[in-house]
Amino acid sequence: MTKIRVVIAKPGLDGHDRGARVIARALRDAGMEVIYTGLRQTPEQIVAAALQEDADVIGLSILSGAHMHICPRIMELLAEKGLRDVLVVVGGIIPDVDIPKLQDMGVRGIFLPGTPMQEIVDFITKHARSRVGSL
Amino acid sequence: MKSAFATVSGRPVAPLYTPADVAALDYRRDLGDPGEFPYTRGIHPNGYRGRIWTMRQFAGFGTPEDTNQRYRQLLAAGGTGLSVAFDLPTLMGRDPDHELSLGEVGKCGVNVASLADMEVLFDGIDLGSVTTSMTINSPAPMILAMYLVVAEKQGVGWERLSGTIQNDILKEFIAQKEYIYPPRPSMRLVTDVFAFCAGRVPRWNTISVSGYHIREAGATAAQELAFTLRDGIEYVQYGIDAGLDVEVFAPRISFFFNAHSDFFEEIAKYRAARRMWAHVMRDRFNARSPRSWQLRFHAQTAGVSLTAQQPYNNVVRTALQALAAVLGGAQSLHTNSLDEALALPTAEAATLALRTQQILAHETGVTGIVDPLGGSYFVETLTRELEEEALEYFDTIDRMGGMVAAIERGFPQQEIAESAYRFQQAVERGDRVIVGVNEFVDEDDDRIGTLYIDQTAADTQLARLERVRAARDGDAVRRALARLQEGARGGANTMPLFVDAVRVYATIGEMCDALRDVWGEYEEVPVI
Repeated sequence: MTKIRVVIAKPGLDGHDRGARVIARALRDAGMEVIYTGLRQTPEQIVAAALQEDADVIGLSILSGAHMHICPRIMELLAEKGLRDVLVVVGGIIPDVDIPKLQDMGVRGIFLPGTPMQEIVDFITKHARSRVGSL
Repeated sequence: MKSAFATVSGRPVAPLYTPADVAALDYRRDLGDPGEFPYTRGIHPNGYRGRIWTMRQFAGFGTPEDTNQRYRQLLAAGGTGLSVAFDLPTLMGRDPDHELSLGEVGKCGVNVASLADMEVLFDGIDLGSVTTSMTINSPAPMILAMYLVVAEKQGVGWERLSGTIQNDILKEFIAQKEYIYPPRPSMRLVTDVFAFCAGRVPRWNTISVSGYHIREAGATAAQELAFTLRDGIEYVQYGIDAGLDVEVFAPRISFFFNAHSDFFEEIAKYRAARRMWAHVMRDRFNARSPRSWQLRFHAQTAGVSLTAQQPYNNVVRTALQALAAVLGGAQSLHTNSLDEALALPTAEAATLALRTQQILAHETGVTGIVDPLGGSYFVETLTRELEEEALEYFDTIDRMGGMVAAIERGFPQQEIAESAYRFQQAVERGDRVIVGVNEFVDEDDDRIGTLYIDQTAADTQLARLERVRAARDGDAVRRALARLQEGARGGANTMPLFVDAVRVYATIGEMCDALRDVWGEYEEVPVI
């Protein structure tokens, strides 16, 4: 059976990686193949990692408030590389006013503080790109 | 009825503690009166009767103008010290126009790129009468140099300055991950600050050895205690190895702990910390002055315990955590604002957080008695257990060759990650109740107004940076940076070189880049 392949990334300058690491482990324990990029990745590096790892999902952890600069760039790069079908989800501190804007640019899952790990696992399992779902 | 009772750190607790649990306790040896070795009961004989703790609210956002206004408001509301929160570009030594600063300027704190920003930040605030804490680590010497030059311009002598620079790089590698250079050159910057301040800024606290971030990253109370004090040992050892007199620099070392939700465990943690540090300084380092033995600490309530759901509940959480810090004998305290799981605090939320401390200090009566829980069968047992667990970690880390070596092996990082995951699993199973999150959930959760920092702060900072670069003497900047590199390659104390560079308006990015060229950058191996 093909495992869902997930790239977990921490873009921007922030080093608070507790959330990213806990989620990475939860997804791995749920049977997914998880690649954690480590800290301070540029959008270019994240998309390159997704391409190289043949990822079905990109999970971004952003707490610093830089999401409105980082997410549009990632979505643009994914489109350029023909990776529009990669599921992009964001976890972190996202003000309410920014949620519809992120959804409009194609970020499918937005997980705020207090979200159970299981909810994120279920969301990814359900929405990861269809070639996995069809197997 | 619940089958197993345990602290928030997972430590099992018995239903009842009795004299049998403390039979081995010797009052003079293990506790002592407040003000007496080993200071378990506190470092001051009269506790808060002589002086109440400093109410020091961590604040910073947007431009230096925005933050200066917030400081004036906090001081007018009865705050008794300042505490600067810097933004990520400043913490990482990047100018606002660097590629990686995109979207980060002024977001998590105030942006300070050059002396020009620092002048605005403290405009109208007398540095001779206020005490200031600055949360900055890798670029700590650069920011301290800026503060010193601002004081000089105000006509305040450096010998009169009082405050704290966090300057704790080890916990950055362990937990918060805002590092620039590899551990060993980073440690040299730390000891350069120790040596420089011992001679020139004698009332300055040259480091705040921090467990706060270690705990926030997921550590248990015992891990926070162990890793923080073991970091402290590493700094003292490096100071001695650099040729400094322990009796001169050790009394300027201060600590910073988390005030988490498990009430008694936190109180026991502070008490254990004082006892352990007194023994470390007297028995391990042979320090002879009581000032070297006394552990002084700042506490901050646990940001990680705040919930985005039902945010008003956070006021209650914070008040209880602050009470634990006070009963544990904190010298200064920050109380978090109710909206901090959502954003940086609004002015109203920040004022309410300060009021929480004022109510504790002036209405509850807890300041009248020193260490009121001393002698409690439970608290004394917990104090001993935490100490024992932390001492085991000391042994493990000593066997690895010290904290720098342990960090290079990823040991504390991995221990913390394990604890964080175990805690999250306990929450998922419902073994840990978080009110409003996994129980007592309210579908019509109140939304509250929050602070939103837009792009205008970044635009202001970019414009000021451009003006500074145009107006300064470019040759003088280049010369100062060249001398800094030369000093870093050799053995000179770097602090005077930073002061010289700051005076000619070298930026934080330029100073940090100059040293990146010499020492390179640290990269962590990502593991999950």
